[in-house]
Amino acid sequence: MGKKRRGHGDTAAESKRRKVEGDEKESSEPASSTIPEKNEGSGVVTVASEGRGRKQGYGQAIVPYKLVRDLDEKGGDESDPDDILKADERRAEKLKKELEERAAKYRRGTEKKSAGWKEERREIGVELKRTHEVVEKAALNAARVEHWLLQGEAGFLEAEGVERTRDFRQAEIVHEVDLLSSRNAFDLRLPELGPYTVDFTRNGQFLVLGGRKGHLSLMEWRSKNLLTEIQVRETTRDVKFLHNECFFAAAQKKYVYIYDKRGVEVHCLKDHRGVLKLEFLPHHFLLATIGKGGFLRYQDTSTGRMVAGHATKRGTCQVMRLNHYNAVIHLGHHNGTVGLWSPNMSYPLVGLMCHYGPVTSLAVSEDGRSMITAGMDCQVKVWDLRKFEALHSYAVPQPVTWIDISQKGLVAEGNGSLIRIGRGASEQKQRDLYMTHKLFDRSVVRNFQFCPYEDSLVVGHSGGISSIIVPGAGEPNFDTFVANPFETPKQRREKEIHSLLDKLQPSMITLEPEIIGKFRKPTKAQQEAERKAQEKEERELALKKGKRSAMRNKAKGKATPSKKFKKKQDVVFNVKKKHIVKDAHEKNKQPRGDKFPAPDAAAAAAAAGGSDAPAALGSALSRFVKK
Amino acid sequence: MKIKTISRSEEEFTRERTNDLRKVFRNLDPKLHPMEKAHEYTRALTAVKLDKIFAKPFVAALDGHMDGVSCMAKNFHKLNCLISGSMDGVMNTTEVDATRSYVITNEYEQGCLRAIRTFPGHKGAVTGLAVSTDGEHFLSCGNDCTVRLWQLPVTEVGEATRGPPEEEEELGIYQGKNAFRGIDHHWQKNIFATAGAQVDIWELERSEPVNSFTWGSDTVVSIRFNPAEPDVFASTGSDRSIALYDLRLGTPLRKLVMQANEDCNLYTYDMRTLKAALCVHRDHVSAVMDVDYSPTGREFVTGSYDRTVRIFGQNAPRSREIYHTKRMQSGDAAYVMSGSDDFNVRIWKAKASEKMGVLLPRERFRQNYLEKVKDRYKHLDEIKRIDRCTRCQDGTRCQDGTRCQDGTQCQDGAVSGETVGPDAVPRFQGVSTAESRYRRAFVPQRSSLDPC
Repeated sequence: MGKKRRGHGDTAAESKRRKVEGDEKESSEPASSTIPEKNEGSGVVTVASEGRGRKQGYGQAIVPYKLVRDLDEKGGDESDPDDILKADERRAEKLKKELEERAAKYRRGTEKKSAGWKEERREIGVELKRTHEVVEKAALNAARVEHWLLQGEAGFLEAEGVERTRDFRQAEIVHEVDLLSSRNAFDLRLPELGPYTVDFTRNGQFLVLGGRKGHLSLMEWRSKNLLTEIQVRETTRDVKFLHNECFFAAAQKKYVYIYDKRGVEVHCLKDHRGVLKLEFLPHHFLLATIGKGGFLRYQDTSTGRMVAGHATKRGTCQVMRLNHYNAVIHLGHHNGTVGLWSPNMSYPLVGLMCHYGPVTSLAVSEDGRSMITAGMDCQVKVWDLRKFEALHSYAVPQPVTWIDISQKGLVAEGNGSLIRIGRGASEQKQRDLYMTHKLFDRSVVRNFQFCPYEDSLVVGHSGGISSIIVPGAGEPNFDTFVANPFETPKQRREKEIHSLLDKLQPSMITLEPEIIGKFRKPTKAQQEAERKAQEKEERELALKKGKRSAMRNKAKGKATPSKKFKKKQDVVFNVKKKHIVKDAHEKNKQPRGDKFPAPDAAAAAAAAGGSDAPAALGSALSRFVKK
Repeated sequence: MKIKTISRSEEEFTRERTNDLRKVFRNLDPKLHPMEKAHEYTRALTAVKLDKIFAKPFVAALDGHMDGVSCMAKNFHKLNCLISGSMDGVMNTTEVDATRSYVITNEYEQGCLRAIRTFPGHKGAVTGLAVSTDGEHFLSCGNDCTVRLWQLPVTEVGEATRGPPEEEEELGIYQGKNAFRGIDHHWQKNIFATAGAQVDIWELERSEPVNSFTWGSDTVVSIRFNPAEPDVFASTGSDRSIALYDLRLGTPLRKLVMQANEDCNLYTYDMRTLKAALCVHRDHVSAVMDVDYSPTGREFVTGSYDRTVRIFGQNAPRSREIYHTKRMQSGDAAYVMSGSDDFNVRIWKAKASEKMGVLLPRERFRQNYLEKVKDRYKHLDEIKRIDRCTRCQDGTRCQDGTRCQDGTQCQDGAVSGETVGPDAVPRFQGVSTAESRYRRAFVPQRSSLDPC
């Protein structure tokens, strides 16, 4: 790491020591109840280092909490043991609170209560309670893991004094970051084979470039080595990696082709014609394409089966993005609508009227909660995908041609040769831009993508490829079993097998992926049928009971056979009476549709004057109808 | 300007030498693991299918008896010791009868499963076996009105590979007046009880019974001590009765005469309230001959005249597993041992698809994970259907009439032969309603999604 980070680590330690001193001071003054903030330096520096002082950089060892405390104590002055104890308690409480906040993310839903259940269901209630305890424990453990073991910290860019982060140029940033990161800012000038599309593998290890005039190349991102370069001598509109770097798909002039990593053509998918955009659903192994006819097709890349083909009936479509949260495809159409599609339905799951005029681009955040759309009407809108409502919108001087959202929620939007990056995916409107970047030679943006698990953005444009550094864009902590940026070929093979074994079926794509295994609310008809069956059972039981009821009164003259019979009849009658009354009520409530049709229907039938008109009027009125 | 970017040096995240383990980093953030329920469901489905594919429960058959196996006993102090008694004498009274002891040695995988000792002495069939509390002796009773005490042999590793089994002599003989039908040893004291014309309590040191219980005139068929409440024991009689006794009292405690007799069902009773059965376990299609609980008490195994061995959960109305061959008669637990009329003692795995041998920690972790996932999604139709389907010899259909995915037919016990005990019916209406609720559980379908 560079000089800067080490410096930052120092400030963190310093601030921690300062804070401990503050604690001690506070405990000696019982009047003040809160921890006083010691702002010796500038406010920005203190806040920044407070926030990150908890964890040190990557290279440093993780120090257990107790040890930190001991070190801190040594650093401070000698003081009363009682005060130390109090400070200790306070710290423990603070840590507990912090863990509690972190654990919220890992809880799956709230506790299911089993109140009011019958005796025979009590076991399920116990089981539920135990499950909840396990979930709670797991969430807390996960929070602990995050707190102590996840070493990575997200990047950041902060201005000092009168600076604004949006004014920082790449040249300045490159100057400030460490050597490894500085290699991520570069321009590749490829003016002839013009506008380029780019795509990363899911772990950010490889990058595929597709020039419109048929230039396809594969590049290793970290080393920036060129692996493959081919010229397909055909218009290429989009490129996309399949499940790993071994295969990528290219939407060419007529068909979609699949190439392997050496550039050998493996398949020609002739079912997909005039394709403009490609998407790959990694969990389902589905390649989704859409193009000139507006025909959305899904093809399984593991079996080769064509899973679904839907006519969107909205004409040529150039905007397609995948929602990684639920594997639903979002399509932006010329009439300003956005449709959410799954392979299981021949019409969109949801249709949203987003813009007046064509939708030019859209992007979905990684957690699947928000979507950002841009239209020809120079508007950019942020949508809540849980309520399907626009949260806020803002106008831009020119229509935005491409949008992307980073793992940490930064939003980049590009039009012409300008790329603006803001913190727009959050619920509140952010007016200030985070960063801006202007492409060289007035090149026009075609598409761009944030590199997964890295702080960089790669832009494909008419002049070639540009990569810029965007601090705070990527997720700092990767999961080896989800996407490993340092994957070896052996790990890749292993992962391929595992993901094939865990391949999800296309029928499992729904708007709400958590619904699997949950109860569906019974329909009204089902509820009604259940109620009726239960009532019938009750009735029969009551009747049986009534018939069997023993004679209580054994007084003289009361137990003659006739009396006995009569009494029994009475009991049965009483049981029946309740139900008969109820039945009668229900019968009265029902519309008498069959016998006497509704007046409108009768009038209509009369107006039609058909042969069945008299019947429709009933016997009393039919004689007035002309024969 | 204050700036920090993510910058990972390759050395920190990859191993130094090829001999090192690969570094693994986890991030449990749900954002990185989308569609986890769908994944879990898929894994559960695959696991259930694999369970059916790898269901190879039969481990070995032990020969050595010259006639049908009538009773078996396990030694609680040793995992690999099994004693079995046979009917030899019934067929041919002149011949010397044999009780044999099997020690399943470590070499059993190499085909060295065989008897290591025989205990000849009984004239007539051996009807009951019981191992003493200390695990060093065992008792056998037979139709010849005797109970015999034997020393359990101490064996070495590899002994089973040597030559024919050695013969042993009894330590003592207890003479009774009538033929014995069953025997059990007290769990703590040196006392044992025998069943026959009456229930007798014996002490190991005395040649005469110290106590006798009678209730009704019919023969008592089997007898068992309670492991938790050691002085209490129960017996079953040939007059469909179950009786409870206490050693500290002079008379029997309680008696229940059952309505059902050889109706293929098993009944679980609460010892304190014999009014109604806690649970009726159905699935067998012929008379149940023997039942034994697993050491944990969570499951039990039954042997039946319908030539099957079934494993039930402690309060499950239906069996979890079914094993079948020709004619078996008694069951045992841990691994399941079954003795049968065809002179064989068979050894089965309690979990049919379990891998034998030592599991690596990773394997065990994965197995536990899959068990959990299966348990979580067991109520979903597809998983339930595959889990319940068991292929049988005669290839008849499943209870619910469905077929397996691969087109083969399957059977989970023919229902036609069943009769239901009268006292058990109301208790189980709850179960059926619970099932109907589960049927509504969500399975992705077209109609479940809302149009735009």
